[in-house]
Amino acid sequence: MNDKIKIHIDGKECWTTDGTSIIDAAKENGIFIPSLCHVDGIKPAGSCRICNIQVNGRNMTACSTPAVDGMHIESNIPELEEMRKAIIEIMFVAGNHFCPACEKSGNCELQALGYRYQMMVPRFPYEFPEKGVNADSKYIYHDRNRCIMCKRCVRGVIKDGKHVFAFNSRGGENLHIELDTELASQLTEAEALAAMDICPVGAILKKERGYYEPIGERKYDKEPIGSEIENK
Amino acid sequence: MSQKITIEPVTRVEGHGKVTVHLDDQNNVSQTRLHIVEFRGFERFVQGRPYWEAPVLVQRLCGICPVSHHLAAAKALDVVVGAGTGDGLTPTGEKMRRLMHYGQIFQSHALHFFHLVSPDLLFGIDGDPAIRNVIGVALMHKDLAVQGVMMRKYGQEIIRATAGKKIHGTGAIPGGINRHLDPAERESFLNGPDPLNIEHMITWAQGALDFFKGYYKEHKEFIDNFAQFPSNHLSIVRKDGALDLYHGVLRAVDNEGNRILDDVDYQDYNEYIEEEVRSWSYMKFPYLKHLGKEKGWYRVGPLARLNTCDFIPSPLAQKEFEEYKAVTNGKPNDMCMHFHYARLIEILHAAEMMKELLNDPDLLTGELTTKGARQPEGVGVIEAPRGTLFHHYRVNEKDQITMANLIVSTTNNNEPMNQSVNRVAKSWMNGHTEITEPMMNAVEVAIRAYDPCLSCATHALGQMPLEISLYDASNNLIDKKRT
Repeated sequence: MNDKIKIHIDGKECWTTDGTSIIDAAKENGIFIPSLCHVDGIKPAGSCRICNIQVNGRNMTACSTPAVDGMHIESNIPELEEMRKAIIEIMFVAGNHFCPACEKSGNCELQALGYRYQMMVPRFPYEFPEKGVNADSKYIYHDRNRCIMCKRCVRGVIKDGKHVFAFNSRGGENLHIELDTELASQLTEAEALAAMDICPVGAILKKERGYYEPIGERKYDKEPIGSEIENK
Repeated sequence: MSQKITIEPVTRVEGHGKVTVHLDDQNNVSQTRLHIVEFRGFERFVQGRPYWEAPVLVQRLCGICPVSHHLAAAKALDVVVGAGTGDGLTPTGEKMRRLMHYGQIFQSHALHFFHLVSPDLLFGIDGDPAIRNVIGVALMHKDLAVQGVMMRKYGQEIIRATAGKKIHGTGAIPGGINRHLDPAERESFLNGPDPLNIEHMITWAQGALDFFKGYYKEHKEFIDNFAQFPSNHLSIVRKDGALDLYHGVLRAVDNEGNRILDDVDYQDYNEYIEEEVRSWSYMKFPYLKHLGKEKGWYRVGPLARLNTCDFIPSPLAQKEFEEYKAVTNGKPNDMCMHFHYARLIEILHAAEMMKELLNDPDLLTGELTTKGARQPEGVGVIEAPRGTLFHHYRVNEKDQITMANLIVSTTNNNEPMNQSVNRVAKSWMNGHTEITEPMMNAVEVAIRAYDPCLSCATHALGQMPLEISLYDASNNLIDKKRT
């Protein structure tokens, strides 16, 4: 019991274990802090910045900041919510996110957050990137134009100890995540499906699997993102 | 011709129509053209996309009959995944798709007849435009308007139950379907409270047909002679010659009833059909290769289908079909306004087919998909509400689409619609230097008979985006009207 700590999130008294990330601590206490780069079981990267919270007035990422006893955290405040909405809009305009024909629609976390934040039309101009696709491997269709650079795949899709996805053209305008075609060709069908699931958007698709889940049975058809935590 | 068409950010279906009429020195019509402004972008930007995306992506061509594109694309990709050329799906896969399709035919035809066409019949071509629209119908013929709404609703609900959404669903996937029919929904479609049950729909479909036949009896000369002209007719028919809107072989007949194309596997459509490009329209002009551009054009849609098929495989519609065929002594029907008659017989047929399918246990259980040896390309053809629809895709070994060719129903009817416009313009405008509203509506009535996928086919509160320009022999614009 000694490692239990008390923190406050948006004024609510929360209990968690020492060392737990703020995003997970919030989750344990029924508070949803949105994120697109964080995924359970993988080391946090703090790359999407959507989980921005304020600790003593200072912006931190909730996924990579451990909770410390006595912390006072602000999450659901207008300033942060507006920033989150803006980041989501930036992600939409920076990629080719054509929800109507994307098979990830209904299971897409970016789309789900767009709905949560009631995004209607992005305030930023569309970039219409042309980063290409990689369809060379057996089971994966990699559409770089839909990538939001969350690095989930870079961190989480590993084959024989090697990273299947990695950043390419760092520092340049054409920064993108590249699929190692040779390594990807060694993935089993199940591993390719897991790679598709780890991607929060429709950048990684498992070949020949389109639209198997009927409308109405997809993850966010049933309940909006975050409600599984907030309604617990 | 100095006419220029401005490309607008419009979809293929909601394009605007523009008619130009040229007069000679005696103010007689020398040339007419129906210009369609539409952008054929889909065939290009679907390239590089994974093939399984096509049925969902390409249906965005259209908000009016997306199910047709959804199914035509899925049928083409059935071939690619080795699920046969239209008859290789599991019973559940094929029957769910058929139900979706007949729901689509039912709702689309109902919308067209009750909301787009009935104002012309009820108020006349030269009726007051202020009431000659769907609101006028709703105010003065409330029962008809309500029937139209409810029949459309029933069809849309069928689509939702099979595709997931009323518009732009995801039900059909290469090799089959992604869902069974929910038993509770099936019960509701069959025996739900009035009027939303299948028996009521059949009754109303029969009633609409009776209404038209009554009108026909009183206005025989108009219905028979308005924009009448001989043509070829093309559709798919079932192998045994039955009307089949989902699958079959290509058949075409000339105006005498001679089969000029018969029992053709549509995988080979390229060998029989060519598309001509004319500089003044973004819509191509398809024709039968062996007959050439001048004689090879044809009509598609309800009128053509009832000319090519030998019988209708549902009892009530077959009875009506026999009566309909008797009008022309069994010969092909070339009367433009009989499109409506044929369309109403198809509504009845669609209702009967939905009833048959809803009673089929295969919809509730059974394998959803199948696949076999992969093929590099596939063609899918379906009889959309407006006529024969072709989808053709080539797919590389990486699962990417490398080529797409679509011949949509309205494109098939391009030349006939132009012919209709020409005939109406000549009979209504010859010798006139001023365009009157009834003249313009007469042109629209002819176009509307084809139920083209254009917004000019609507009566939406009198705001029809049809523009008519009248030129004299020196090519001077002497009058221009936009409705």
